Amino acid sequence: MNAPHNVNLLDQADRRIVQATQAGLPLTARPYHAVADQLGLPVDEVMQRMQRMLDLGIIRRIGAVPNHYALGYRANGMTVWDVADDRIDELGERIGQLEFVTHCYQRPRHLPDWPYNLFAMVHGKTKDEVEAKARLIAGVLGQASRGNDILYSSRILKKTGLRIGA
Amino acid sequence: MDDLDRALINTLQGGFPICERPYAEVAARVGSDEAAVIARIESLLARGLLSRFGPMYHAAQMGGALSLAAMEIPPADFDRVTDIVNKQPEVAHNYARNHRLNMWFVLATETPDAQQETIARIERETGYPVYNMPKIREYFVELKLHV
Repeated sequence: MNAPHNVNLLDQADRRIVQATQAGLPLTARPYHAVADQLGLPVDEVMQRMQRMLDLGIIRRIGAVPNHYALGYRANGMTVWDVADDRIDELGERIGQLEFVTHCYQRPRHLPDWPYNLFAMVHGKTKDEVEAKARLIAGVLGQASRGNDILYSSRILKKTGLRIGA
Repeated sequence: MDDLDRALINTLQGGFPICERPYAEVAARVGSDEAAVIARIESLLARGLLSRFGPMYHAAQMGGALSLAAMEIPPADFDRVTDIVNKQPEVAHNYARNHRLNMWFVLATETPDAQQETIARIERETGYPVYNMPKIREYFVELKLHV
């Protein structure tokens, strides 16, 4: 699932579409027409280019991002695991399939300060709920996990949208 | 939240159509009408129940670079370091977390080189090391929050 750097797949018109839509899609009856009008492109071309970016994985998906915190999921735990390197891909795929995991990544260790290489974000309404879910992850990992921790965010220090493709 | 709020949150997490009247198509799926769906998405955004709506672009596919980075900051120096980290335009999100590594932020840059430059700048200005943890692999997750 690692994405290659496919910058060459995007031409200038694609990049203009990215810039025009990365903050959101217009909330009007014909949103793709609105984008096309703004950019001076035919609407069919805008829709074809967006479909192509979706097919290529440049657009992950089109839709809404729920705000877990506002929806009552107040205990959001970043569970981190020290998983044997020769099993991490197989186990990472299985952890990603658990219905309560919203992000799942392999990241580099920084020994000796940071031994964890698997990150799984777990959302719960309480810390007890997050900890119960972490125990389910531990059950899947079994002996392949040599240690783990749960990091909760205590404060949001900065939150802005990602801005890419300028 | 009412039934339409829930139906929209549950169905809009992916698969928004690319067509002439996409909100009308969504309305047909949830048993509503186009104008009501548009007004309700606006309201969900305004109430903060949705954090965004539209295409989610894949930063690495765009040639950019995303990373997660962490720092260990003594509590007495936390505010000063927060100011330095937050003023970097490349820092998209920054969270205090309950761990010895107590500051975690997401870096979004146009290129991998710019990511290294930003990290070097933060280390220089704060005087503390940055643990950079760009993803090695991303494992597929279903989008499945149900409200």
